[in-house]
This record gives sequence, structure tokens and C-alpha cells, in this order.
Amino acid sequence: MTLTPRRLLTALFASLAIGVSPAFADGLADITERGVLKVAVPQDFPPFGSVGPDMKPRGLDIDAAQLLADQLAVKLELTPVNSTNRIPFLTTGKVDLVISSLGKNPEREAVIDFSAAYAPFYLGVFGPEDAAISSLDDLDGKTISVTRGSIEDIELSKVAPKGATLKRFEDNNSTIAAYLSNQVDLIANGNVVMVAIAERNPKRVPAMKIKLKDSPVYVGVNKNETALLEKVNAILSAGKADGTLSAISEKWLKQPLPADL
Amino acid sequence: MAYQFDFIPVLANADLLLQGAFFTLCLTAIGTLLGVGLGIIGAVMRAWRIKPFSQLFGLYVELIRNTPFIVQLFFIFFGLPALGVRMNEWEAAVLAMVINLGAYSTEIIRAGIQAIPSGQLEAAAALAMNRIEIFRHVVLRPALAKVWPALSSQIIIVMLGSAVCSQISTEELSFAANFIQSRNFRAFETYLVTTLLYLAMAILIRQLLAWVGRRFVVGGR
Repeated sequence: MTLTPRRLLTALFASLAIGVSPAFADGLADITERGVLKVAVPQDFPPFGSVGPDMKPRGLDIDAAQLLADQLAVKLELTPVNSTNRIPFLTTGKVDLVISSLGKNPEREAVIDFSAAYAPFYLGVFGPEDAAISSLDDLDGKTISVTRGSIEDIELSKVAPKGATLKRFEDNNSTIAAYLSNQVDLIANGNVVMVAIAERNPKRVPAMKIKLKDSPVYVGVNKNETALLEKVNAILSAGKADGTLSAISEKWLKQPLPADL
Repeated sequence: MAYQFDFIPVLANADLLLQGAFFTLCLTAIGTLLGVGLGIIGAVMRAWRIKPFSQLFGLYVELIRNTPFIVQLFFIFFGLPALGVRMNEWEAAVLAMVINLGAYSTEIIRAGIQAIPSGQLEAAAALAMNRIEIFRHVVLRPALAKVWPALSSQIIIVMLGSAVCSQISTEELSFAANFIQSRNFRAFETYLVTTLLYLAMAILIRQLLAWVGRRFVVGGR
């Protein structure tokens, strides 16, 4: 056999096809065969993911990853990522799933697929448990602390009724301090920040009153991994049905899973 | 690409800036009246060593003059509610300014009182003036006349220092500037206009105080 240019090209394409083939393979089958689920998790974003005192990753995302691994009956292998490299880790095949407090947007949806949401992430107006506030109109006559220039400031300024007083502070700490020292009735911020307050000041734990901007988090899966995506969704919906996911949310976010998730 | 200057987004919020400037002037006016009043009382106590107020004012002066204004303000606004003393941001701002100016003006006016020659007091006594007359014409007025420039400067400093009150959401001039800047991100334009406003206000207050000084304190003795 002589190496004609034509044969060379054929060989080249054949090898290319082999090189590309894992992308079309069944990721779910790979995982079960390997016996290991590789997941990208955050390490700098508590309570979703941080490094515990034992130097091991811990957080909501890690617990969610553990739930998936348990249900798949495989071992869990965690890869710490940050918010800029988490999608490249998935698309280059270094991990099977991204569970890294990942929100959905059209740019990301062009590159990867998203499972069902597994945890809430939102900006809202929070206040004392017994404050009767369920709609924006109820904010009339209330004072609300908010961090100036933040997304919640912009959103709330757009929708708050005339009678509501927004007290704008320089940073999150002053905004929280104003709420904790009773200088305001309510506070507008993210649900994750409320967890931090709950941990430090359990007496005046702010409860969610009005949602301003909702951006729940999803498991990121590579494109064309239908079987894996379906399996992840099945596990998540079972987790929602039997309360496992809600327990994880209670543990890390101090609140049950919202019913509309 | 060179920065494109655009003052329109700032000038569109001119009402907010002017309102903020007005509130800053109000804060300064109330703070000055009460603060200098407190300072006069403190100065008399200190200069004449009236026990136990002299020591109390001494403690107060040292405490306030040796701690940052912003910490005093935060203590009043964020700290005192823990003891059940809850003030809104305006009350907290005025109180902090009064306490602050009170301490500084105590020392400034005390210097003026102590600079009065004892012969002047003896002369007043020889003229059979009563205590209130002596205090008003022989002590307070000459003392204020001596320290008027220093006191005026301190009042300007307090006016400029009131910018810090924006940190507890008091909607004075700096708050308005920060607010506008957080919406249009035109930092240069916003703060340039604000700087000019502060400058104009400082000059205005200085002129006003100079006039008050000439008319009521230094002249026409």
C-alpha cells in the first residue's frame, strides 16, 4: 500500500472522527462504566460552595452533587472552579456536570444545556416574619434599606410605590446594619446575604416578602447529552418530591425550596 | 477613545443636587446654632473651672476631638438603637454635628475667654456692672471677637464634614451626588458640579459669618 495523498486524507479524517467521537458518546454510560461522577463546584461562594475547616469543599452545590452521585450509584469527584472557568471545564470534557450556582441566560444556553432548577437564588425584599407584606402596594409607608446602585436598588426604585421610603447605603454592611438596628422596617438584598444575617443574628432573621429578580441555579450539562440530562432531571424531580432537595436548601439557605421552583 | 464629557445627565438631576445643597445648609445652620451654643456653655465652665462641669466638659472635649466624626455618627445611628435610643438619619446627623462642633468650639471660645485681661474684668466690676452685664459685654463678646476667624473656619469644616452623613442615608448634597453617580455613572461630571456647589456654599457661609462678625460681634462695641 502506498501512501497516496488520498489515503492520507482518509486516514486523517478517520482519526479525527475517532478524536471527536467521545462528544457523541453517551455521557451517562461513561459515568456508570467509570463509576465516578466528575462535578465542577464553587469553592469561593458560600453557602453554595466554600472550603470547610477540614479543607474539604462544602456547601449546597456539593450536597446537590453528592445527591446525584448517590442516585447514580457512583463515586463523586469534585473539581473546584470559579465563575469564569466553570463552563470551559464542562465543554472541554474535564467534568461531567457543572453544579456551581449557575444561572441561566441565552448566551450560556447557546453553549450548554441546563437541567431543572435545584436551588433558589434571587433578589428580594425581606423583613420580620410577622410583617404582613405580600405585594408591592404593602410597601407603602414602609422604610426599606438598600445598597445604593445595586441591582436591587435599581429594580426596587422602578416598582416601589410612592409612599415607600428607600434608604440607600454605601455598602451591604451598612444596609444590613440599618436593618438589624431597627432603623428600617425592611431590607432589599439577595437571599444568600440573608443567610449570612441569619447565621450572625438569629433573633431578627429576615423572611422573604417580595421577589424582585429571580435567577435560580441549574445543573449545567454538555450539549447532546440527552440521556444524562434526562437522568439528572429525573433525580432532581424525585429529590423535590421526597423533600431531599428542600432539606439541602434548609441546611444551607435556611429556607425550604420555593414551591414554584 | 477619549472620554466624552456629558453634563446633561447631571443637570437633568439639578433638582436633586439643589435640594441636597439646601439640606446641607439646613444641617449646618442648626448644627452651628446649637453647637456654638453648647461651645459657649462649655467654654465658660472650662475657663472659670466650675465644678463638676469643668471636668465633664473636659472629658467630652477630649472624647470628641480624639475620635473620627464618622465613628461618632455610626455610633449614634447604628449603635444607640441597641440601647433603645432610636433616631432617624436627620436627628442622628444633627446630633452628631452639634456634639462635634460643640467640642471644638468649647476649646476655641475658651481660648478667647482666657485671653481677656483680668484688668478688664476688674474695670467692669469697678463700674458696678452686674454679673450678666459683665458676662455679655466684657467676657463673651470680646472673647468671640478674638476667636471669630477660627470659629468661622470650624463652622465651614463642619459644613464640609456633613458630607459624611450621606453614609447613614441622610439625603444631603453628597448623598444626592452619590445617588446621581450610581445611576448615570458620570463620576467626573457629577462630582465636578458637586465640588463647585460645595465651594460656592463655603464661600457663601464665610461671607455670611464675616458679616455677622462685623455687625454683631467685633464692631459696635
